[in-house]
Amino acid sequence: MTDPTNDPIIETRGVEMRFSLPTHFLSREKPVLHALSGVDVKIQEGETFCVVGESGCGKTTLGRAIMGLLTPSAGEIYFRGKRIDTMAEDTRKPIRADMQMVFQNPYASLNPRRNVFQTLSEPIRHLMPEKSAIDVRAQVEAVLDATGCDQSWQRKLPHEFSGGQRQRIAIARALVTNPAFVVADEPISALDVSIQAQILNLLSDLQDERGLTYMFITHDLSVVEHFGDRVAVMYLGQVMELAATDKIFDAPKHPYTQLLLDAIPKLSGGSFDAPRTPGELPDPVNPPPGCPFAPRCPIAQDICRAERPQLREIRTSGTMAACHLAE
Amino acid sequence: MALLDVKNLHVAFPRGKKGDVEALRGVDLTLEKGQRLGVVGESGAGKSMLAFAILNLIADPGRVTQGSVTFDGQNLLELSERQIRRIRGNRISMIFQDPMVTLNPVLTIGKQMIETLKAHRSISTREARRLSVEKLNLVAIPSAASRMDSYPHELSGGLRQRVVIAIALLTDPELIIADEPTTALDVTIQAEIMSLILRLCRENEVALILITHDLGVVAEVTERLMIMYAGKCVETGRTRDIIDAPKHPYAVGLLKALPQNSTKGAKLYQIPGSMPPITNLPVGCPYHPRCERATDKCRAAIPPLAHGVACFHPMHENGPYGDMEAAQ
Amino acid sequence: MITWRGFLKRFLSDPVAIGSAAVLLVLILMAVFAPLIAPQNPYDLLQLDIMNSDLPPAWRNGGDDQFWLGTDTQGRGVFSTILYGTGISLLIGIGAVLVQGILGITLGLWAGYKGGWVDSFLMRLADIQMSLSTLMIAIIALALFQAAFDANIYADYAIFMLILIIGMAEWPKFARTVRSSVLGEKNKEYVDAARVIGLPARKVMWGHILPNAMTPVLVISTIQVAEAIMTEAALSFLGLGMPTDKPSLGSLIRSGFEFIFSGSWWITLYPAIVLVTLVLALNLLGDWLRDVLNPKLRRGDD
Repeated sequence: MTDPTNDPIIETRGVEMRFSLPTHFLSREKPVLHALSGVDVKIQEGETFCVVGESGCGKTTLGRAIMGLLTPSAGEIYFRGKRIDTMAEDTRKPIRADMQMVFQNPYASLNPRRNVFQTLSEPIRHLMPEKSAIDVRAQVEAVLDATGCDQSWQRKLPHEFSGGQRQRIAIARALVTNPAFVVADEPISALDVSIQAQILNLLSDLQDERGLTYMFITHDLSVVEHFGDRVAVMYLGQVMELAATDKIFDAPKHPYTQLLLDAIPKLSGGSFDAPRTPGELPDPVNPPPGCPFAPRCPIAQDICRAERPQLREIRTSGTMAACHLAE
Repeated sequence: MALLDVKNLHVAFPRGKKGDVEALRGVDLTLEKGQRLGVVGESGAGKSMLAFAILNLIADPGRVTQGSVTFDGQNLLELSERQIRRIRGNRISMIFQDPMVTLNPVLTIGKQMIETLKAHRSISTREARRLSVEKLNLVAIPSAASRMDSYPHELSGGLRQRVVIAIALLTDPELIIADEPTTALDVTIQAEIMSLILRLCRENEVALILITHDLGVVAEVTERLMIMYAGKCVETGRTRDIIDAPKHPYAVGLLKALPQNSTKGAKLYQIPGSMPPITNLPVGCPYHPRCERATDKCRAAIPPLAHGVACFHPMHENGPYGDMEAAQ
Repeated sequence: MITWRGFLKRFLSDPVAIGSAAVLLVLILMAVFAPLIAPQNPYDLLQLDIMNSDLPPAWRNGGDDQFWLGTDTQGRGVFSTILYGTGISLLIGIGAVLVQGILGITLGLWAGYKGGWVDSFLMRLADIQMSLSTLMIAIIALALFQAAFDANIYADYAIFMLILIIGMAEWPKFARTVRSSVLGEKNKEYVDAARVIGLPARKVMWGHILPNAMTPVLVISTIQVAEAIMTEAALSFLGLGMPTDKPSLGSLIRSGFEFIFSGSWWITLYPAIVLVTLVLALNLLGDWLRDVLNPKLRRGDD
C-alpha cells in the first residue's frame, strides 16, 4: 500500500469556505453559509481517497476548492508541496495539466455545441500550446482508445450519446493531459445501475495503467468499500472520521459513521425493522457550537455540545476520528 | 379474492407510420391485502409505466391497449373518470420521487391536507384538521400542529417526503404505490423513510407496490418482487427467494454486479451491453443479446412466464453465482 | 437539442413558416435588386418628368403602363419608390438590430457571468432605459439633430442616426434575454470543466456560454427587426425619419397621406400594404421560431 511518510500529492490545511448569502440590502443580518469549517487531509500518491457524506457535508465544495474552482476563505492547499490556492495563473497552468476533474452529471458536463474532438483537444491546446496539431490529434486518439470510446465519436455531438458513453468521454477529457491526480465527483450517481459497474471498472483499470491518484467523492458507501483505500467521512463541513476502508467498515469509531453504515439497506434484510427517530438536519448557516453532529448523536454529552472535537488519532485502531468519546 | 389483480396489461404509444410501440408488453401482477411488492428494473423497463397504467393515468398519446386491472372486484380501466377519482387518492394513494409533484408550492401543507380529505369525505374543516395533524404526528414531523401552516419550500427534502406520505395515508388507503420515493434522498433519510413506510404498512395492513432500482431497499421492505426488463416481467416471486437464488440471467447479472457481492479489489461484474430501447427490441427474448446462456430458441421466440421466470434456460437452484452452465 | 435536420423538417411541414419566409425572401430580393428591376430610378432627378405626376395605377383610367402602380406628386413611379423604400426600411431594421444585438449581448453576457455589483448596475441601467419610451427618445434626439444641422447634412446622415438611435434604445431587450440564458448555463458543469483547465473568463463567456445562450436571441431578433422597421416608419411618418428624397416605406406613406381621400390614394396605400406585409411576415416567422426552438414544446423525435 502507500507509505504515509512520503510527501502527499494533495494536502489541505485548515481549509474553510464561507459563502455570504444574498440578503435584502436594507437588512442588518448578513447570513454566512459555512460550507467547510477547517478540513485537513493528506492524499497519498497512487491511492483512491474517498470522501463520503450526505448533502450539505461539503464534499463537493472540498473537491472544487482543490481544483481551483473556488478560493478558500481560509486555509491552504498544496499540490506536491507547492501552495496552489494563491498561485498566479501562469505558474498554475502546468499544474492544471496534472490535476483534472470528472463531474457528476454527464448530461451537463459536455458543451452541447462542441463535438468530441473539440472538447477533448481544448485542454491540450490551452495547457500545452507547444504541441503541434498532429500531436494533439494523436493524444486525443490515444485517450479515446484508453477509455473504450470509438474513434468515430470524434465528430459527434454530446446529444448523440447515452449517459454512460458521455461519462466515458468526460473521463477521456480528464485524462487527455495525462494528469497524476483526478477528482471524481459522484461520477456514477447519475448513471443507470447496470452502467455504473462498467464505469467503475474503467476508472479502476485506468488507475492501474497510469498510476492515477483519485479523490473519489460519493455518498454510496458500498462503492467506497469496494473501491477505496482510505475514506474521509464528512459532516457539516468537517471531517468526522478518517481511516483505511476496511478499518472503517469493520470498526467505525465515530457515531456518525455508525449511523451511515446502519442506514445502508442490506440484501439480507431486517435492518429497517427497528424504528428510527428522524434526525434533525444541521443548519449550515448557524452551525451549532461544539460538535456539529451533537444534536443527532445518540451518545452526546455536555462536552460534545460545548467544545468542537478535533480530528485525533484513536490508539486502538490507528485511525482518526473527531469525537470526544471515541476510543 | 386478491386486492389487486392485473392481467395481461399492454400499453402502447403510436408512432405514426411506423406503427405502435409497446412500453408494457403483457404484464401480470397479483397483490393480496397488506402485501408488499417490489418492482425493480432500469429506467425504460416500464416500471413507472406500470404504476400509471394501474391507475389509468397513462397520458395521451399513450394508451392501454389490452388487459385488465381489477381492484376489489372492479376493473379500473373501465370506470368513468368520476368513478375512478373516488379510488385514486382515496383507496389507492401514490407517492412520487419528487415531493413537489404532489405538493402545491403556493398552498400551506395544512390547506392541502384538509382539501384532500374534504375531496373524498364529507367532514368538517375542524375534523379534517385534527386528522391531518394526527397523520403528521404519525410520520414524526416535529411540531406537527404549527407545521400545518408552513409552505413546502420551508421544509427540507426529507420532511417534505414525510408530508407526502402523510397525505398518502390521510384517507386510510388500502394500497400505496410508491415510485422511487427515496431515490433523491440521503441514505440516512432514506433509511428513516423506508422504515416508516414499512412500519405503517405492517401496522395498518396497507398493501404496497414499491418501484425502485435499488435491490437493497426491496430486500429490506418487500415480501414479493417483480423484475422488469424491456416492458415485460422476467422474474417474479418471493423477494427472499429471488435475492438468494435468482433464476433469470438478468436477475443473476443484477445481483452479481452489486459491489456488496463482489470481492474487494476485484473487477465488478458488469452485464455486457445495455437494455434495448422499446423502439428497437430484438426478435425473441429481449435479453438474449446480453445473455451468456442464449440459444437459437431464445433468439426466435419470447419465453413465457413459467414458475415465476420468463426464460428458456433459467438458472439451477444450486449456486446462483457459480458457473452458469447452460441448463438443457 | 434541435438539429439542423429536425429544424428543416419542422420548417417544411409548416405552411405558415414557408409562406412568411417566402414573402420575406421576395421582399428582400426586391429590395436588393431594386436598381436592376425598378422601371425607373426615382431618385435620379434627370429621369423625372413633372408631367407624369399623379397618374393612377396602370389598370385604371388615365393610368400609364410605364408606371404600374401610378406616380406621386413629383412624377416618381410608386412601384419604383416602393422597391427602393423597402430596401431602406430593411437596412435600418437590420442595422438597428445589429447595434442592439452587439451592445445587448455583450452587456448581458457580462452581467450574467460576473454577477454581483456589475450585474446589479447593468440591470438597473437597463431598467431605466426600458422605462423611457424608444419613440420618445428618438423623437427628441432626431428633432434636436434636425434643428442643429441643415437639411443636406441631415439627409446624408439620417440613416445612420436612425440605426444608431433605435439600436441604442433597445439594447436592454437583448441584454436581459442573454443574461437569463447565461444565468442558466453558468451553473452547468461544462462551464466548470472549462474553468478547471484554467480558461480565462472571457474565453469561457464567449467561447462556451454564449453559443449555448443564443437560441432565445435568435427568436427575438426577427421580432426586433419588425419592431425597428415599425419604429422607423412611425418616425418617418412624423417627419423625423428618412427625408423625402431618400424615403423609406414610412416616408412614402407620409408623403401620400394628405391625398388619401382627395384623389391620389395609391401613393399611400401601396407602400402601406408592403410595410404591413413585411412586418407581418417577420412577426409570423419570429413566432414560429420561438415555438420551434422552445425546449419545452419539443416533440419526442428531435
